[in-house]
Amino acid sequence: MNKETIIKISDLAKIDIKDSQIDDVLISLEKILNLVDEMNSVDTDSVTPMSHPLNLKQELRKDMVTASNERELFQKNNKYTDNGYYKVPKIID
Amino acid sequence: MHNKTVSELKKDLKDKKISSLELTNHFIDRIKSIDPQLNSFVSLTEEYAIMQAKKIDSEIAKGSFRPLAGIPLAQKDIFCTKGIRTTCGSKMLENFISPYDATVVEKLNDAGMIIIGKTNMDEFAMGSSNETSYFGDVKNPWNTDYVPGGSSGGSAASVSARLIPCSTGTDTGGSIRQPASLTGVCGIKPTYGRVSRYGMIAFASSLDQAGVFTRTAEDCAILLTHISGYDPKDSTSSKKDTPDYEQECKRKFTNMTIGIPIEFLDGLDNKVREVFDENIKVLEKNGCKFKKISLKSSRLGVSAYQVVAPAECSSNLSRFDGVRFGHRAENVKSIDELYKKSRSEGFGQEVKRRILIGTYALSAGYYDAYYLKAQKIRKVISNEFAQAFKEVDLILGPTAPDCAFKIGEKTNDPIAMYLSDVFTVSTNLAGLPAMSLPMGFKDNLPLGLQIIGNHFDETKILSLAHHYQQITDWHTKKPKISGD
Amino acid sequence: MWESVIGLEIHVQLNTKSKIFSPASTDFGSSQNTQACAIDLGMPGVLPVLNEEAVIMAIKFGIAIGADILDDSIFARKNYFYPDLPKGYQISQFEIPIVSGGSMEITIDNKTKVVNITRAHLEEDAGKSIHDLYPNESAIDLNRAGTPLIEIVSEPEMENAAEAVQYLKNIHSLVRYLGISDGNMQEGSFRCDANVSLKKQGVDKLGTRAEIKNINSFKYVENAINHEIERQARILERGDKVIQETRLYDPSKNETRSMRSKVEANDYRYFPDPDLLPVCISQDLIKNIKSNMPELPSTKKIRFISQYGLSEYDTIILVSDRELSEYFENTLKTSDLNPKLVANWIITEVLALAKKTYLSVKDYPVLAEDLRYLLSNISDETISNKQAKEVLERMWNNNEKPRDIIENEGMKQISNIDELNKIVDNIIKNHYKSVEEYQSGKDKLLGFFVGQVMKATQGQANPKVINQILKEKLKK
Repeated sequence: MNKETIIKISDLAKIDIKDSQIDDVLISLEKILNLVDEMNSVDTDSVTPMSHPLNLKQELRKDMVTASNERELFQKNNKYTDNGYYKVPKIID
Repeated sequence: MHNKTVSELKKDLKDKKISSLELTNHFIDRIKSIDPQLNSFVSLTEEYAIMQAKKIDSEIAKGSFRPLAGIPLAQKDIFCTKGIRTTCGSKMLENFISPYDATVVEKLNDAGMIIIGKTNMDEFAMGSSNETSYFGDVKNPWNTDYVPGGSSGGSAASVSARLIPCSTGTDTGGSIRQPASLTGVCGIKPTYGRVSRYGMIAFASSLDQAGVFTRTAEDCAILLTHISGYDPKDSTSSKKDTPDYEQECKRKFTNMTIGIPIEFLDGLDNKVREVFDENIKVLEKNGCKFKKISLKSSRLGVSAYQVVAPAECSSNLSRFDGVRFGHRAENVKSIDELYKKSRSEGFGQEVKRRILIGTYALSAGYYDAYYLKAQKIRKVISNEFAQAFKEVDLILGPTAPDCAFKIGEKTNDPIAMYLSDVFTVSTNLAGLPAMSLPMGFKDNLPLGLQIIGNHFDETKILSLAHHYQQITDWHTKKPKISGD
Repeated sequence: MWESVIGLEIHVQLNTKSKIFSPASTDFGSSQNTQACAIDLGMPGVLPVLNEEAVIMAIKFGIAIGADILDDSIFARKNYFYPDLPKGYQISQFEIPIVSGGSMEITIDNKTKVVNITRAHLEEDAGKSIHDLYPNESAIDLNRAGTPLIEIVSEPEMENAAEAVQYLKNIHSLVRYLGISDGNMQEGSFRCDANVSLKKQGVDKLGTRAEIKNINSFKYVENAINHEIERQARILERGDKVIQETRLYDPSKNETRSMRSKVEANDYRYFPDPDLLPVCISQDLIKNIKSNMPELPSTKKIRFISQYGLSEYDTIILVSDRELSEYFENTLKTSDLNPKLVANWIITEVLALAKKTYLSVKDYPVLAEDLRYLLSNISDETISNKQAKEVLERMWNNNEKPRDIIENEGMKQISNIDELNKIVDNIIKNHYKSVEEYQSGKDKLLGFFVGQVMKATQGQANPKVINQILKEKLKK
C-alpha cells in the first residue's frame, strides 16, 4: 500500500483525505493489513468461500404493489428538494 | 421499582400493582437524574412514551393485556423508529427522522412495550468501547472512568445502571456480548437469521444480528421470544419456528456436555482465568460435564472479520451520500464535491478507516487476496465449530479477554481495540448464537461468561444461563452510582 | 481492409407490476419520486426481497433462446456513486447469472446466421437525472430505480450494422412474444449498448473496442455503429490506436463522443450481495414455465408457411410482431377467407394506415372481426376491391363499422343476373347504333356499354358479371 493507493481508494469511496493526513491513514491501514495478513497462515486452496452463515435459499416475493406514495414523508426534512425532485449540483458528463 | 426484572414487572402490571404510566415516569425521572453521568441515551422519547403508557393502561383497564404490556424499553439508536430521530451514533444521521419502524421495533411495540429512549452507540456500530459515537463517550456505571464496551455501550450501561429494565442491541463482532460483559448484564446475540434485520441500519449485513440486554437470562428469553421469527422483508431471516424461550429455558435442566476451547484460555489474564475456573467448578458440581476442545482457527477470526466487516460496510454506507437524507455539505459546486464533503464531514474517523479498508479489500487486484480469502477462513472457522458441536452441546469461555479498560486507553491503537473482540467475532462469522452473563469481578469491574451454541440452539444457551443464575448471584450485583 | 466486429448488450425492462426488490409500482410516467418507496430510495436499514415474476420472466427468456438456466445464481453489488443510483451500488448478477448461453437466428437477404448469446442476467434499473430543469442543479427522479431488467449480452459475432439491427429486432420481437416486456424504446424499456471494434481482415485477434451507450432506436443503432466503424477506421488508417472507452451517440449530430468523465478509472468492486441469497430454481419450475410458453416467432414462421401457404416474405412481416401475427389469425378465424387475401390486405393496406397514423397493433381502430367482415364482402363479391379500400379507410379514420358503411351507402354490388339482364336489355335498346358499330368490329365499344350499366346502377354492378352478360347479348 502506498500514497497513490490511498488517493485512489479514497476517491472510490468518496472520502476526502487531506494531504497532511495521508501518511497517518496509510500507517493505520497498513497496521490493519498486517493483522489481516495472518490469514495467510492457513492454506485455503480447497475451501469454498462462505458468504452466508446459513445455507438458505432466496425467498421470492409475489409480484404485488403494496407500497403507496410517501414522497412527502420521505422528503420532509430535505431542503434540497423541489417539486418532488431531489436536487444535486449540476452533473456535467 | 427499577430493581425489578422484566418478568417481575410483567406480573406487577398484570396484577395492577403498578400502572405503565407510573413505571414510565419513574424510569424517565431516573434517566434524567442519573444518565448525565453515563451518557447512555442519545434521545429520550418522553412525550411519546407517556402517550403510549396511557394507551396501554387504558387497554389493561379494559382487560386486554398484550404480552409485554407497559414495560419500558430502550432501543439502540441503530433501529429505525418511525417519527423518532435515529442517529446510529453519527453526525451523518444527527437529524434523521426515520419514516418507518424496524421489524424489531414494530414487534416490541406490538407486544405492548414502551420506548423510553434511544441509546448511545459507537458510530454505525463500529467500535468496542463506545468512544466512536458522535454523541460522546458512554461511561461504565461500575466506574465512570472506564468504557462500557461497544458498540451497544448505551444499551448495556443503561440496563446495568437500572435506568431501564431491558434494551435492544446489535452484534456484528461482539457488540452485544462484549458490553454486556464489561457492564455486568446479560446480553444475547441469537443465530444469524433468527431476528429480522429489516430497519436495523446495516454495518456488515452477513454478520449483523439483533439481540437484547437484560439483567437475567429469563428476561433475555422473554424478549427474544418476541423479537424472533421469519420476516418476509428480510431475505436472510430464517423460517424456523420460534420456541417460547421463556418456557423452554425454565424446563428441568438436563445435564449437558460443554466444550472449553483451549485457545480461549491460552495466555488469558490470570484473574479472568481464575474467575472462569471457579465458575467451571460450580457448574461441574451442578452436573455439567466439561471437555477441552480445540478451535484452532478461531484466532484468525479477528483477521477475517477485519476484512469481511469493512468490505460490507464500505458498500452499505455508500447510501449516505447527502442526496436523499442525512448530512449534506453546504456550498458545494460539483456532485463529486457534494459526495466527498458530505461523507467526510458526516462520518467519524473509525467509520472512514473501515470504509477505506473495505474499499481496498474489494478493489480490483486485491479481492482474491483479501475478501475471498477472508470468506474462506470464515468457512474454516465455521467448519471447526460444526465439528465441535458434534461432541458438545455448548461451548463456554470468557466473553472478553479482560474487564473494562479506561476511556482513552485504546483509542489510538485500533488493533488493540479490535482484539477485545477476539472471543466474540468467530461466532458472528459462523452465524452462531451466543450469550454473555455476569460471572464475577476483577478490580471491581464485571467479567462475562460467554455461552456459544450451535445454530438455533438458543434454548440450550438460555437454559444453561438460567440454571446458572439459580445457583449464583452475580447477576444481582449492581453498580454504585452517585446520587442513586 | 478492416472487418468490424460488433457485440450488443441489451437492457430489457421486464413488465412486472412491482419492482425487482420492492413492492413499489413500475408504472411509467407517474409524477417524480411518487413510485420510489423506502427500499428504492435506499433508506437506512431497508432490505431487498426478490420478485418471483422477474425470475420467471428471465427463465422464459432463457428457455426461448435455448440457454442453460443456472440454479443458485447469485446477486452481486456493483459499487459506484451516481445520484440516480440511490444505494451507491446497483444490485446485478456478476459471476453466476441466471441465464447462460443460448443463441438467436437472424436472416438477412435470405441468408441465415446464428448469433450466440453469452448470458442474460437480472438487475435493477437506476433512476433518472434530469439536467435541463434547473440552471445550476440536476434533478433526480427515482421512480425508475429498482425496475427489473434483464441484460442480454451477445458474443461479438455480428459483422455489420445490419446484422446488429436484425439481431436487436429479433430480440425485441422475442421479448414481446414472451410477454415479458412492452419493448417500448421511446420510454426506455428496451435499450442497447453496442461494442464495436475493427480488426485486420483475416486476423482472429479482436481489436480494441469502444462501447456506445444507451442507444434507443433501431435507426440510431444502425447510424451509431456505422459512424463508429468509420471513426475507428479513420484512426487505424492513420496508424493511431483506438482507445478503449465509453462513447455516447448523439442522434442530432449523428456522431459518437467520448464520455471519459464518467468512466474514469472505474473499479466496481463487485461482491456477492449479503442481503440476498442464492436463487434456487427447481426443475419443476422450469418444466412448468416450459409448458406454458407461448409459440415463438421461429415456430410460428414455419407454421404460417405450411398452414396458410404464405410466402416467406409475407410471413416474416406478419410474425415479426406477436400482436400482428395474432391480428392476422384473428381476422382469418372461423372464416373461409383465403389466407393470402388476408395477408395481402394486412401487409399492404392495414400496415400503411398504421404507419400513417403511428398506431401499434393493440391500438388499431379496426378490430380483426371487422376486417374479417370487410374482406368476406370482397370474397363473395358483394363489394369491389376499390370500394373495400374506401370502407377500410373510413373504418380506420372514423371508427365506423363496415356493415354500417356498406349498407348506409348502399354499396352492394349488383350481381343478380336477372336484374342486370333487364338493365342491359334496356341499354341495348336505347343505343342500337352503337350496337351495330360494335357488331361490325369496334370491340372497344364494350367499355362504353359497361359504363352505361354502371351509370344506370350507380356504380354498384359487379363488373365481372356485366362483362359476361354484355358479351353474350351483343353477339350477333
